[in-house]
Amino acid sequence: MRHLLRRILFYLFAAWAAITLNFVIPRLAPGDPAAVLLGNLQSRGIHVGAAYLKAIQAELGYNTSDPLPVQYLDYLNSLLHGNLGVAVTSSFEPVTNVIGRDIFWSLGLGLVSVTLSFALGCLVGIVVAWKRGSLLDTILSPLLNFLSAIPYFWMALLILYIFGFELRWFPLTGGYDELNVDPGWTLDFIASVIYHGILPALTIVIASVAGWMLTMRNSMITTLSEDYVLMAKAKGLHTSRIMFAYAARNAILPNVAGFAISLGFIVGGQLLTEMVFSYPGIGYSLLQAVQNQDYSLMQGIFLVVALGVLGANFLAELSYAFLDPRVRLERSA
Amino acid sequence: MSLGKDLQHVATLEPETIPSTFPKKFPRRDSRLARLREGLRLVWRVLTSNRKVAIGSSIVAFFLLVAIFGPLLAPYDPTATSRLSETPPSAAHWLGTTATGQDIFSQLLYGTRSSVFWGFLTGLLVTLVSVVVGLVSGYFGGIIDELLSLATNVFLVIPALPLAIVAVGYFPKGPLTIALVIILTNWSFNARLLRAQTLSMRSREFVTAARASGESVWRIIFFEIFPNEIGIVAAAFVSTVIFVLLAWTALEFLGLGDINTVSWGSMLYWAQQSDSIFSGLWWWFAPPGCCIALLGAALALINFGIDEIADPRLRSEVSEHVPKELKEKAVT
Repeated sequence: MRHLLRRILFYLFAAWAAITLNFVIPRLAPGDPAAVLLGNLQSRGIHVGAAYLKAIQAELGYNTSDPLPVQYLDYLNSLLHGNLGVAVTSSFEPVTNVIGRDIFWSLGLGLVSVTLSFALGCLVGIVVAWKRGSLLDTILSPLLNFLSAIPYFWMALLILYIFGFELRWFPLTGGYDELNVDPGWTLDFIASVIYHGILPALTIVIASVAGWMLTMRNSMITTLSEDYVLMAKAKGLHTSRIMFAYAARNAILPNVAGFAISLGFIVGGQLLTEMVFSYPGIGYSLLQAVQNQDYSLMQGIFLVVALGVLGANFLAELSYAFLDPRVRLERSA
Repeated sequence: MSLGKDLQHVATLEPETIPSTFPKKFPRRDSRLARLREGLRLVWRVLTSNRKVAIGSSIVAFFLLVAIFGPLLAPYDPTATSRLSETPPSAAHWLGTTATGQDIFSQLLYGTRSSVFWGFLTGLLVTLVSVVVGLVSGYFGGIIDELLSLATNVFLVIPALPLAIVAVGYFPKGPLTIALVIILTNWSFNARLLRAQTLSMRSREFVTAARASGESVWRIIFFEIFPNEIGIVAAAFVSTVIFVLLAWTALEFLGLGDINTVSWGSMLYWAQQSDSIFSGLWWWFAPPGCCIALLGAALALINFGIDEIADPRLRSEVSEHVPKELKEKAVT
């Protein structure tokens, strides 16, 4: 129980750190984001009066007349009320609305592809470690090693070019067929969403599977040389039982423990993948925010992604404690 | 990514049979030249003893050479536009031209210099920060360790790329901004690794001896402990460069770098801005990505090789020629 409490405190602290970083970074930067925003608006032919500029500054939290602690409290207060400012890129819609609309696309894509790549990576890692030195191992391990060094967005470009442009098997952009299908719980819509999601998901799976697989392979090889595995073999147990129930069950722990670092990396990759595929998730909104210097949207997306990753990590840790009793017993003893 | 743990095996193995990345003894009495020669021989032995390390370092060496001499060989000015736009690869333009008629092969040669230079420099700085944080945190313990570990763990769980995008977005565009932001977002992983290693080394005899002989704390940390971790630091540096290359090109691809300089990332940015995919200009966006992937894979290969040297169990060929007494030693 004490272990759990410690971890909860840590994640609360990490969340506070992310929120505070989000506050500090803009204020460390030279120049006035409100001025940039103003120029941005004027270049689009929108007239901005002095009063309006003040309102924008207040909205962004750059009321420089206030001392920093007051600004900070204001910032925390508006966060508590779910106010993340307005997104200039989508005609002054509240940032929370933009994110709320995009998040389901991103969550869906992310959950499916991370689950697939984790399961696939672990499975291939187990098999490759079991058949170490075989043709499969000598070909697959270096190949996946090469794949993991490829930047996500370039992998996305390549897959989009080959399967979308050259072969025309899959659509080039979007999350569903906007011309012919209406959103809703209809079979047509779901089929369209899956059809549009295949290439982005494929990109994320290919780019991230190598990490899981290589960790699994190395940890599995170490586990396979343990005495209890030898004992299981000596008892004449079925191969699959030794492989999964004896060796893999213990060998999977480093992969679960490494989930935190990998997840942050994969989420970053997913954002880039969404940008290339013009997928309607938060990655694509982030791209538009970056290109239009829409600071509120940028910061809002960072916060949501950071808090989401922290939450997922916490869940991963809980499952780790469940899988490995030593973690629970040692710390709480 | 389990480098730290694996490398500990190096210490338990005979330096004669397994080329160790650690100096097996400190030849203090030798002249400086002899020590240098000894060091170079050690590096050479590490480079040639393992096939993965050999292949990986050859590729990295190739890229370093291109980075240094490539621009001298470039047939065209990389930014000069011409009327020959969007031509596929030909004898005159080996890798074709961009939408504004720039020679892609020349861009690639110049871009290699920029990307490799900044990649390695930033990788070095990231490693430096993690070495200082890891060693200080591991050696001192107590409240310093608590605070530094907390910071390390926090930066470990906050996703790096979104944070980097936000941070870069606010500051003036340029390589310096990107370098600083990448340092801010990437130091934590290796710091944790080195902290654990330092923690296990703190109570060894030679550290106690150094403390007893009145050496200063900084001397103990950086001249007694650090040389013993040089193998891990080297491996950490190699994997850091991969991460830095990926992060760097990602930020440039988003247009957050200086888009007027020629680098792998900015080439991809312009390729994307000109919708090169939807015009079928594969020769534009394919080469820079290939270079990143090749260099990254080569660096990863070096690390896998080091892992295998350190932990023979990981070798893909089942090795029978491990001496018996060595096996027993590894067990105990």
